[in-house]
Amino acid sequence: MIPGSFSYHRPTTVADAVKLLASLGEEARPLAGGHSLVPMMKLRLATPEHLVDLGRIASLKGIRRQGDRLEIGAMTTQHELLASKEVADAVPILHEAALLIADPQVRYLGTIGGNVANGDPGNDLPAIMMALSASYTLTGAKGSREVAARDFYQGAYFTALEPGELLTAVSIPVPPTGHGYAYEKLKRKVGDYATAAAAVVLTKKGGVVENCAITLTNLAETALFAEAAAKAVIGTRLEPAALNAAAAAAQAVMSPASDARGPAEYRKHVGGVMVTRALTRAAARAT
Amino acid sequence: MNDLTPTREQRQAALEGLGCRRKRVEDIRFTQGKGNYVDDVKLPGMLHGDFVRSPHAHARVKAIRTEEALKVPGVLAVITAETLKTVNLAWMPTLAGDVQMVLADGKVLFQNQEVAFVVATDRYAADDGVAKVEVEYEPLPPLMDPFKAMAPDAPVLREDLAGKTTGAHGPRKHHNHIFEWTVGDKEPTDAAFRKADVTIKEMISYHRTHPSPLETCQCVCSFDKVKGELTIWGTFQAPHVIRTVVALIAKLPEQKIHVISPDIGGGFGNKVGAYPGYICAAVASIVTGKPVKWVEDRIENLTATAFARDYHMTTEIAATRDGKVTGLRVHVLADHGGFDACADPSKWPAGFFNIVTGSYDFPVAHLTVDGVYTNKAPGGVAYRCSFRVTEAAYCIERAMDILAQKLDMDPAELRLKNFVKPEQFPYHSALGWEYDSGDYATAMKKAMESVKYAELRKEQAEKRAAFKRGETREIMGIGVSFFTEIVGAGPSKNCDILGIAMFDSCEIRLHPTGAGIARMGTKSQGQGHETTWAQIIASEIGIPADNIMVEEGNTDTAPYGLGTYGSRSTPVAGAAIAMAARKIKAKAQMIAAYKLEVHEDDLEWDIDGFRVKGLPEKFMSMKDICWAAYNSVPPGMEPGLEAVSYYDPPNMTYPFGAYICVMDIDVETGAYKVRRFYALDDCGTRINPMIIEGQVHGGLTEAFAIAMGQEIRYDDAGNVVTGSFMDFFMPTAVETPRWETDFTVTPSPHHPIGAKGVGESPNVGGVPAFSNAVNDAFSFLGSTHIQMPHDTWRNWKAAKSLGVFAA
Amino acid sequence: MAKTHITMKVNGAEVEGLAEPRMLLVHFLRETLQLTGTHIGCETTHCGACTVDLDGKSVKSCTVFAVQADGSEITTVEGMANADGTLSALQEGFRMMHGLQCGFCTPGMIMRAHRLLKENPTPSEAEIRSGISGNLCRCTGYQNIVKAIQYASAKINGTEFVEAAE
Repeated sequence: MIPGSFSYHRPTTVADAVKLLASLGEEARPLAGGHSLVPMMKLRLATPEHLVDLGRIASLKGIRRQGDRLEIGAMTTQHELLASKEVADAVPILHEAALLIADPQVRYLGTIGGNVANGDPGNDLPAIMMALSASYTLTGAKGSREVAARDFYQGAYFTALEPGELLTAVSIPVPPTGHGYAYEKLKRKVGDYATAAAAVVLTKKGGVVENCAITLTNLAETALFAEAAAKAVIGTRLEPAALNAAAAAAQAVMSPASDARGPAEYRKHVGGVMVTRALTRAAARAT
Repeated sequence: MNDLTPTREQRQAALEGLGCRRKRVEDIRFTQGKGNYVDDVKLPGMLHGDFVRSPHAHARVKAIRTEEALKVPGVLAVITAETLKTVNLAWMPTLAGDVQMVLADGKVLFQNQEVAFVVATDRYAADDGVAKVEVEYEPLPPLMDPFKAMAPDAPVLREDLAGKTTGAHGPRKHHNHIFEWTVGDKEPTDAAFRKADVTIKEMISYHRTHPSPLETCQCVCSFDKVKGELTIWGTFQAPHVIRTVVALIAKLPEQKIHVISPDIGGGFGNKVGAYPGYICAAVASIVTGKPVKWVEDRIENLTATAFARDYHMTTEIAATRDGKVTGLRVHVLADHGGFDACADPSKWPAGFFNIVTGSYDFPVAHLTVDGVYTNKAPGGVAYRCSFRVTEAAYCIERAMDILAQKLDMDPAELRLKNFVKPEQFPYHSALGWEYDSGDYATAMKKAMESVKYAELRKEQAEKRAAFKRGETREIMGIGVSFFTEIVGAGPSKNCDILGIAMFDSCEIRLHPTGAGIARMGTKSQGQGHETTWAQIIASEIGIPADNIMVEEGNTDTAPYGLGTYGSRSTPVAGAAIAMAARKIKAKAQMIAAYKLEVHEDDLEWDIDGFRVKGLPEKFMSMKDICWAAYNSVPPGMEPGLEAVSYYDPPNMTYPFGAYICVMDIDVETGAYKVRRFYALDDCGTRINPMIIEGQVHGGLTEAFAIAMGQEIRYDDAGNVVTGSFMDFFMPTAVETPRWETDFTVTPSPHHPIGAKGVGESPNVGGVPAFSNAVNDAFSFLGSTHIQMPHDTWRNWKAAKSLGVFAA
Repeated sequence: MAKTHITMKVNGAEVEGLAEPRMLLVHFLRETLQLTGTHIGCETTHCGACTVDLDGKSVKSCTVFAVQADGSEITTVEGMANADGTLSALQEGFRMMHGLQCGFCTPGMIMRAHRLLKENPTPSEAEIRSGISGNLCRCTGYQNIVKAIQYASAKINGTEFVEAAE
């Protein structure tokens, strides 16, 4: 349970962090909350020669409302997200999802940046960010760029991050007042990754679904944006037929792994159930 | 007498004796982080050892290259089987009469088997060293399915046993066969089946799991080269046995071996036997002359130390058409892994599985157990199993539910119809046990009334109808479990560990000021002996429990005992404590008679001293007697006040209980909710009800985990799929249900204070309750037996196979 | 790897030591500072036996490097007793309610409960269970741990403690 040796760096600015990552090359890893990286290091599944600790970079913290967007620094912890009234009021699905991540201790140190940037198919926040049409600020030696969450994930542990780039902020368009939302997560126990999970953000007008985004966690190599599933409910009142059509469309894009959580056919089935339950709960919340 | 004189009630209460919810002595240090566990032991110059382990389940070891490892700063040595052969310790005897490799000798037999032991100046360097040892393996086909172990073309696992057609327990039928154990009467049992109105037959599997105490196995071995003495601190549930074993295999004089079990962070049977880590650390210390610490990590603990269960039980019951059982026939295929390292008493290769007739009056029964080798870790007896009693209880409780279903009888009614009756005790079971006492029907009825059983069945009937009408996707199960188990190993005529009889012991010494110290041969790992043993003494000899210091675990000072596991401590050591206390009381009576100038027979015992019959004001307290013992004993009597008792129990004890579990399952996801769990336990005299309740809570939580998904599972290539807490189900406070505990008291007639054991009962009785609840939930859809564990995905698959999702 | 000099405040006292970057905080506490109350039960960050209070956060000290904690303020179980040596409300609650058996998970449970009661001084049973869901126990089945925390909550708040029925 002992990690391999490494050199430890603790910059105090993003510029210094990025410079370090560029100069140290691919044997350097950024250290955010550490609760994905350090367990892997303890099993010697990851053996970086350098760790660049982002923990003292003040500019990476903070939750700020800028007009109709919520800007969150990448080093904001899940605990801080949960304590934020801004988040609870403006983006309640993020609050709901954060409560379902890991356990209380992990949430004290785990960060939003770590949860969205790793490319781990089991992490909860990528699907949330995709459902919210969020975007990420990626900063490297050559400067910063914005990438939509929906365009960020390429494969298991493969993202749009270029070598030497850091994800420094998450920008979320605040959903309209009266929107409906739900994150439905089936798991074996507290602290486990999802056996299957679905996020829904929607709006209703006159009882009919006007806009809808449906995303899925841990049912493929990346979080999934289930476009056809959402289309199946837009313009409906979420009758059983519409719900079933959405579930079926979502299942059509799922390719879950068979693992200790269950065989693929089971995870697909419950994936569909998560979609219908999330839609039902979201609709009940929408005004 | 005046207002300041304490009343009898006050004097009784001041003792905090039997029956008192005495707060624990241990908690003072544990809540302040001042426990002394093995990894807290730090000695000057101490080294650390760590293992290189095999990634393969079955392979030849062609070469072990240590040059790179030896270059790592801090690494001092790499021990292999070749090193150990020079001291004849490459293999060690197991408790089951087999031998086990300490380090891989030419081949490995299970994934994560120990291959080499790296010794370094600290644990970080040791880990670095392990990463640099290079081992060349030649993989061999793994044998993972016990049902294929005795196939004619099955791979040969134990080349060291080539040509050996007998083992420790009799003839071997095949190169992967270990033993066949048979009990009961074949002809009458077969006859009962031939003429039965109704029979059931089912293959009931109890999957492999692991006790996983929160503290892993560890030791510090320190050899003093000058004195030639070896001191071992270790996670040992049976420290004296470890000392004798080390004396025999290391050929060190036993008086020069000091074994100390300090505080232990949970045992649950995981810490009974000897592990390669202990042997390698001892050898490393003897060779280097420095203390060597070995601390395994969690993955090592789960994948290489003593597992539990892995019994595949083909079970048949014969019955009359109105539900009276007439015969029981069971064949067990026991998967022992690569070595038979079961921690059973010597003559019992399948433990006390022959308790499988359970609480029911079977006139005839026959049992055969075949043990086989596979490419899995060794062990088998652990996890509150009472020596295979968990397996036996699961087998019979599941089978009775299957019989009830076939007879279209309520499972509780079937049990009530077949219980051993109070007037039949002591009851001689068809498989050879003499049950000491029991009142089963009373306990069962109390349980049923407490949960309003009839109403639950009514609710279930309504829910089943609603399900069939498509109004709900939730099914409801009621799991009944009525277990009788057997604990307190054991009488010397039945039980020994490597030839040492399974008595236990207590020595008590009282001090002049009315205080005392007591030591026993048992070793608590959380059961609270420092608290409860003093309670027995307090009630027996009238000294407050707070004034009695209790010590266990240091083999130099504690009288010889066989340790704590299998709920044996109260039945055996608890008896020794009472007997030692009574010897002291007898001497105290003589001192009191002398001081009060009466004859002994003129005295009667009164809570905390002796009173002259008919002269109530003439009283001598035990406190005063203690002082007198040191200055004015009768002529001819030795001064002092102490006694030792070694107790060989005349019989085992037979606690029992009635558990009822109400469970709701969502067929769409297979997710379950334990709505209610009621547990009634009868363990005879209750020493400390608070501690009993705690034991039941803990055991039920283990049972819940086991039944609902906690397994050690291997894939076809021999990889452990559930080897860490990521996938080995350890429920948190959120998943764990609330437990309702209750009790009846049916004392053991042969035990000095009427007590039986209780620690294992909740695991023994709990698993069947949960599994019967799941099976009961699904049975109306057409199932007879759904194998454990009942993970959500398995519940869903069961639902699917029953046609629940048919369009 | 070269060691760094780190300083921190532990249980109110300024301490220092040398640590190579990969040294886990739990090892720094147990071996460098000789505070062996904090325990290790797994290597996959699940069990919580290593939980300490770091800068007002419940943290699994097995998943933090000692160098990350340079300059921090840490409380371990050894720092929980009152100044006069009497047990804190939580420690007393664990004893009164039989919230421990082998004692191995207890330091981590107490440190987590300590922070939980600061987050939420009057948690419901469900909030307690959720609040300690990062701490595993093998002995107690959690039921009496819940009672222990309820006991402590009542004592700290000066309210009456009513023990839940069995």
